[in-house]
Amino acid sequence: MSLNINNLSVSIAERQILKDFNLSVSRGEVHAIMGPNGTGKSTLAKALAAHPDYTVTGGTALLDGAEIIGLEPDAVARLGLFMAFQYPVEIPGVSIANFIRAALTARLKESGGDFSATAYYKALYAQMDALKIPREFTSRSVNVGFSGGEKKRCDILQMAMLKPSYAILDETDSGLDIDALRIVADGVNHMRGPGTGFVIITHYQRLLNYIKPDYVHVMYGGRIVKSGGAELALELEEKGYGWVEKEFGVLV
Amino acid sequence: MSSQTDDRSAQEKALAVERDVGNFSYETSYDFDAGKGLSERTIDYICDVKGEPDWMREFRKKALKVFNDKPMPSSWASPDLANIDFDRISYYMAKGRPSRSWDEVPDEVKKTFERLGVPEKERAFLAGVEAQFDSESSYSSMKEELAKQGVIFVSSSEGLMKHPEIFRQWFGKVIPIGDNKFSALNSAVFSGGSFIYIPKGVKLKQPLQAYFRINAEEMGQFERTLIIADEGAEMMYMEGCTAPQYETSALHSAVVELVALKGAKIQYVTVQNWSASVFNLVTKRGLALEDAEIRWIDCNIGSRLTMKYPAVVLRGERARGEVLSIALAHDGQHQDTGSKMIHAADNTSSNIVSKSISIGKGRATYRGMVQMPRHLKNCKNNTECDALLINTNSRTDTYPAIVVRGEGNSVQHEASVSKVSEEQIFYMQQRGIPEAEAMSLAVNGFVNDLVREFPMEYSVELRRLIDLEMEGSVG
Repeated sequence: MSLNINNLSVSIAERQILKDFNLSVSRGEVHAIMGPNGTGKSTLAKALAAHPDYTVTGGTALLDGAEIIGLEPDAVARLGLFMAFQYPVEIPGVSIANFIRAALTARLKESGGDFSATAYYKALYAQMDALKIPREFTSRSVNVGFSGGEKKRCDILQMAMLKPSYAILDETDSGLDIDALRIVADGVNHMRGPGTGFVIITHYQRLLNYIKPDYVHVMYGGRIVKSGGAELALELEEKGYGWVEKEFGVLV
Repeated sequence: MSSQTDDRSAQEKALAVERDVGNFSYETSYDFDAGKGLSERTIDYICDVKGEPDWMREFRKKALKVFNDKPMPSSWASPDLANIDFDRISYYMAKGRPSRSWDEVPDEVKKTFERLGVPEKERAFLAGVEAQFDSESSYSSMKEELAKQGVIFVSSSEGLMKHPEIFRQWFGKVIPIGDNKFSALNSAVFSGGSFIYIPKGVKLKQPLQAYFRINAEEMGQFERTLIIADEGAEMMYMEGCTAPQYETSALHSAVVELVALKGAKIQYVTVQNWSASVFNLVTKRGLALEDAEIRWIDCNIGSRLTMKYPAVVLRGERARGEVLSIALAHDGQHQDTGSKMIHAADNTSSNIVSKSISIGKGRATYRGMVQMPRHLKNCKNNTECDALLINTNSRTDTYPAIVVRGEGNSVQHEASVSKVSEEQIFYMQQRGIPEAEAMSLAVNGFVNDLVREFPMEYSVELRRLIDLEMEGSVG
């Protein structure tokens, strides 16, 4: 059971960003993708999630064997792909509890199942307790007037409830203080297990102090140029991205 | 990827189909029918059939003259008004015999009833296959309870005949004949509507519903409702429903007058879903005396053109007025709604919250009038109007008319126009919610704080109706 990305090429507004990108992530693994700004890290996340601004010009992405390229964003999500946003969007008037319920209902509709309000709240409260989220949190409108940390908490709670098979964290750590960073890390570590594969996209190494990755990939010029274990992240932290440019600059 | 023009025409096609869902009508035969067109003879016919007293006959004839003399509102109102052909309208029909069966009701309509969760026993009545809403069992116990408290809850005709002393004292006082062309028309030919009197100090816990006494005759297009809450009395009235109603006429022109005496509280809740060919031109006004409170909660969906500006005249000190309204304008529809707050005593306060949603080429207009004359002190108004545009060709306009003079009077006005952004839709879709549902969710969120103010069963129906209306609005 894996997410297989083969020779994926992606453009935004006619400009090619990803070039023959390859990556395979199995459930239960944590992959970190690092690299300088503008190398296509976020493009990878958005293209897999089928954001309408991103055009896939070539390649495939198989989620447990099913092609997800060309599907609507909601169909990709229901197949089991979750994306944590760098900038979560506000939805005025829609409470977190109702929002997550709508997301779960959309999945159940497909499988023909149903669940009661009591069963839903029982499940929701269990996850909130595990993530140490106070009860009043879910009656607030999704992300409206939230602090950086609250937005992350909201995304992490959604992830815990939706139980994706693959979760992509799209630079979700940028601009976060240490407490907010911990919320993200605790959420991922809480879910870590054989059911879910993680792709953590980050510019900085510091999130990886809290989530120990199984693999680290360095991205440059729209493709992965170097892969290794957790120690690669530390090496990048020490040496910066300058050497990547020097070594792989020819590819751009 | 299709071009933008293709998208639009496809969308219009989808919307046109959607729009026809609420449109259905049947041939009906009536025992009494004043025929088409309007003259003194029409009025004599109505008065004779109803056996009305002479003063009412005179009142109606005077109103007819005012209606004929008054020009159509033109400078500010929709030019679409000119398309009403008054000679082709039937002004009075009574005792209709439905000549159709449930089997003849279009499947689309049946499906809509189901999806809105309209109770089984109400469906046949709403679809016009039963003349009488079978509510006797639930009504009789309620009737007894109300009678014990001295509450009068009858049709306006019955009010006129059986309770002339209270009826005549207030009828046509809050909204005089000549208020506007359509209040004059209603005054000339009204039939149906409710007459309600709540005695001093009686506080009704259950809302009174038009449903409980309505029948096909009284669902007429020229309803007249008069509600009087005596000193310290409290009541809530609910009219309409979210289900599509079978069509009786192309013109609905109602008049609703509320009188809240000292310390009384009246809440008037309306949820209406007109078919897309109807002109809905309604005058609603309440008079609030000392320490009284009048609250209009109004939801307008459907119709070709709705013009409705519920008003409160704050006549007594410390009186409070409030209008909460939701308008939803679909393709080809114009919701021209708003509110008037006329401050006429010291220390009065008013609050207006209006939210509109325009879908496709739908247009929502807000008109608000707030008046505080120079001699008054410590009056307050708060106005908030928010518009949500769904498509790029949707339209909204805001026309506030605020006249505030005098010391210590204050007005606060906030207006906003927003769109459901692509990023919001993508965020929701990324969680697995299909695009159309995501749009519904965003729209429901937009009106959520107002929907919460509606009585429970209405708010549930309202949310479902918004879901239905949003179908086909994206793509």
